[in-house]
Parts: sequence; C-alpha cells; structure tokens
Amino acid sequence: MAVVAFVVFLLLYLTPGDPAAILAGDAATSDDIRRIREKLGLDDPFHERFGQWLWRLAHGDLGTSIFTNLPVTQLIGQRIEPTLSLTFCTLVISVLVAVPLGVVAAARAGTWVDRAVMAISVGGFSIPVFVLAYVLIYTFSIELEWLPVQGYSPIREGVVQWARHLVLPSIALGTVYIALIARMTRAAMLDVLAQDYVRTAQAKGLAPGEVLIGHALKNAAVPIATVIGIGIALLIGGAIVTETVFALPGIGRLTVDAILRRDYPIIQGVVLMFSAAYVLINLAVDLSYMFFDPRIRY
Amino acid sequence: MAAAALDIPKPVSPTWRNFREALRRHPTAIIGALVLLAMILVAILAPWLGTVDPQAVAPVKRLKQPSGDFWFGSDMMGRDVYSRVVYGARVSLTIGLAVAFFSTLVGLAIGLVTGYIRWLDAIIMRVMDGLMSIPPVLLAIALMALTKASMQNVILAITLAETPRVVRLVRGLVLVLREEPYVTAAVAAGTRLPLILGRHVLPNIVAPLLVQATYVCASAMITEAILSFIGAGTPPNIPSWGNIMAEGRSMFGLANYLILFPGICLSLTVLAVNLLGDGLRDALDPRLARRM
Repeated sequence: MAVVAFVVFLLLYLTPGDPAAILAGDAATSDDIRRIREKLGLDDPFHERFGQWLWRLAHGDLGTSIFTNLPVTQLIGQRIEPTLSLTFCTLVISVLVAVPLGVVAAARAGTWVDRAVMAISVGGFSIPVFVLAYVLIYTFSIELEWLPVQGYSPIREGVVQWARHLVLPSIALGTVYIALIARMTRAAMLDVLAQDYVRTAQAKGLAPGEVLIGHALKNAAVPIATVIGIGIALLIGGAIVTETVFALPGIGRLTVDAILRRDYPIIQGVVLMFSAAYVLINLAVDLSYMFFDPRIRY
Repeated sequence: MAAAALDIPKPVSPTWRNFREALRRHPTAIIGALVLLAMILVAILAPWLGTVDPQAVAPVKRLKQPSGDFWFGSDMMGRDVYSRVVYGARVSLTIGLAVAFFSTLVGLAIGLVTGYIRWLDAIIMRVMDGLMSIPPVLLAIALMALTKASMQNVILAITLAETPRVVRLVRGLVLVLREEPYVTAAVAAGTRLPLILGRHVLPNIVAPLLVQATYVCASAMITEAILSFIGAGTPPNIPSWGNIMAEGRSMFGLANYLILFPGICLSLTVLAVNLLGDGLRDALDPRLARRM
C-alpha cells in the first residue's frame, strides 16, 4: 500500500503544467502565481512534499479539486453510491451465474455443455465492455423498450427503479467477469473431481449433486475465491467505461470528467481509493480461505 | 547393414510433433490465426482496399447510412467510416503487438533477474506488488491523463500496466526451474550466470511466455479502445477503433453503425488473438491444457 501511495504521489508530482497557474486563472500576475505556489508548498523539495501529502492522506484529506475547488473526498463521497451499486450488483450476478456454469461444465467435461460454456467464456473475454453495452442498449432499451436507456435512480427512491436502471450495466460489466470466474471454476473443479476422496464419496453411493457441491465445490473454493478477488480489477476498470456509456453519475464519470479537464487531484484520489478498495477486498479474500479450508492458518 | 535398410523416420523433436498434432486437434486456433492474419493483411494493404483518405472531411455527406458509396456509412464530419475502420486496424494491431512485444521483453528481463538474484527479488517484487494493486486499466488511464495523447504514450502506458503480470509469471517459473537438477549440474560445472539463464532457464520459459504474450496483446487492444473511448487514448485525429466509437457515442441514436462496425472488428480481432493463445497453450503445454 505504501508503494501505491508513492506511485500515486509520483503521478501528481510529474504532472506537466503548473497547478498554480491553472488556479490563478488567466488574469494573474507572476506575483499572484508565486504566492499561490508558496501557499500550496509547490516549491518545497520532493521528500517534504511527499511527507506532507502522506500526513494529510493519513487524516483523510485527498486534496482539493483544481477545477471545482471542492475537497476530493467530498466529490468522491457524492458519487460513490452509483458505483457501489453497480459493482455490487455485477459481483452478485456474476458469481451466481459463473460458478454454476463452471461447475456444470466440469461435471459434464468434454460434452457439448462444456464446450458451450468455454465458448461463452472466450467470447466474454473478447467483447469490449462498451461494445456489449451498446448492443444491450440497442436491443433491450431502443428496440424492445423494456428497460431505461441510460441514467441512474438512487436506491432510496425505490428499489424497483434502481434495479431497472442497473440490469443492463451489470450484465455489460459482468460478462468479462463471468468468463473469468466460470473458466477458473471449471479448472478448479476438474482438479478436485480427479481426487480420491471424490471417488470415495461416489463409491459410497452419495447423490451426484451432493458429491459435486458438498465435496468438490467446497474444496475448489479457494482458487475460485482468489480469482473473484483478482477479477475486481477488471470490474473497476470496466465500471469507468460502463458508467460513461450508461450515464451513471458515479466515480467513473467523475474520473472521465477529471481526465478531460486535467483535474489531477481527483484522478490521484480516485486511483488511490480504487487501489485501496482492491487491496482490502483481496485481503478479505485471503482471510476467507480460513473459512473454506480450515487447514489454512495465519 | 540391416539397420540401415530400416525406414528410419527423420528425427522430429517431440515438442514440434506435439505442437503440430495439437494444432490439428484445435481447429479454433487455426481459425484464430487465419482471422488475425487477415486483419494484419487488411492493415498493411489499407490504401489498396477501396478506401479513400480516412481524414477527408465532406460536410455535405454527413451521417450517411451504410450504402454502396459509404459501405459502413459516414460520420458527422462526412468521413468514410469504412476507410477509417480499415485504417484503424493499423492502430489497434500496432498497439496490441507493440505492447505484447515490449512488456514480454521487459517482463522477461526483470523476471529472470529477480527470480535468480535473491537480494534483488525482495525489492523489485514489492514494487511490482504495488503496481499490481492498481487495476491495470486505471493505471493506464492515470498515466495517460498525465502525458500528451500520442501513440507512443499509449503504448508506454499500457506496457507499464501489463508488465508486472509478466514479471510475476517469469519469476514464478524461474523459481521452479532453478531447483531443477540440470541447473544445479550447470552451477556445479562452473557455468557462468548469463549462460545458465540463457541456455538452461530461458528455453523452458519461452512457451508459457508466448502464450502470455497473446493474452497481453488481446488485453492491450481492449485497453487502447477503452482509453480512446473515454478520451484518454490515441489523439482523436488518428482513426483508431476506440476513437471512431468515441465519436459514435453521442450519435448512437442516429448512427449506431459508428459503433457497430469498429466494435465488430475489435471483438473479432481480440477473439482471434484469444483463440490463438488458447490453441498455443494447449499445443505447448499439454499438462496445463487439461486443466484450463
């Protein structure tokens, strides 16, 4: 995490252009700019600036947006609900679809069911999220008019509307993720199904479903959980694009707007926040191993 | 004398024989290779494929639906989308192949060194862990936000985002290989380090690295499209597939072909690269093929 903070700080430090000049505006004299530079501590040496920045970061201060002059934490806070809703829905849908797909493919390995699942998986890897998003919008929103085209409806204004606005974005964003998890589930299940204890369980006459779920899936859970955690990186990258296509007012939109306006503190804050979330989720995944496999101790 | 009369087949190394057999068993890989080859040909032959200048603006012919004159329609500046898509193949393929090449090369170098020189390992892997905890697309976006939009910078940004994964793969393989008896034997025989790495370790890494390179290539093409799509990629005047789709974003209701055609091309190319990668993996590593 320290390395992440350092890299993210370096990004801002290496920023071309002078933030003070941007802040001061067109009518500023060089004296004005110098005063702002001093106030922001822009002339201090690298290690001092890094220290100060870390200190403020530790107090939950991500700096101030150059363009809107609002604290970055506040901007992120305003936009977090759509992003959380989108990623959470995608996560739930993907896991619920992908794990059964992978299990079925492994149980029927070599048959057309298996091949179909693998074909879906390769296809899912290959279609960029925004292409899929537009195909979905065109089919379900414009042609069939089943679902809203774009936009977001906050959850406190009704769960049904909220869900209707999130169905297509979640499917679009989840496809890559489903492909990834289904593939890993199948591989892990194939490994486990070749084990002796699975044969023993079958031999003593347990129902096939019970062997598959109770014995095999439980032992395949660790690699599956790992790939779910690592795949969050795909979700985060994809969420930025998905929010742009579906006009969801989330952190992805904030990022894209910040890029277009070169508002570096926001970009920095978003990268830091997403990376922290990613690291924490993967830590949680690591800890979940103990639940799936009691032999693992930390 | 009798032995000479026997029909001794020409010695074929087992790896290559398996390779050809596996390719025969995986027609999808061949389809992938053919599609990719076709795309590369399209990219090279772009000026002779019935295209006009992809930048030529014709305000009178704005937003024409696909027809005999404009095979894929025209955009809001009257530029021919077919020509732009054909020329866009150059951008996507260049970026995909360049990123695959550079990140493989850099990843291989760093991975070999960290896997073999223990004291460097701790330092470099911390840095790589740090880079890897930033989601790759996000890292590329952040890097692009800092620099001027150009092809070189896009390649550089995506390479930086993709390399840590290559490093980890190579390092993992080297850590296993260095314990092999033949490496110990080479060390005992007094072989110098560069020779050990080059002759005993490297050949065993090539196959998985090649497979990884195809996935990096596929991922780089998608990342480029994402970057261009959100306005942080190749400069808007270059007709890359991502840029064409970015322009189509605001016109989706009027001109969905602006997204449809480059989208199909991008998906097809990425699919081809992925199929090729899967086929290569099955062919080069039968043990892994059973698992994945």
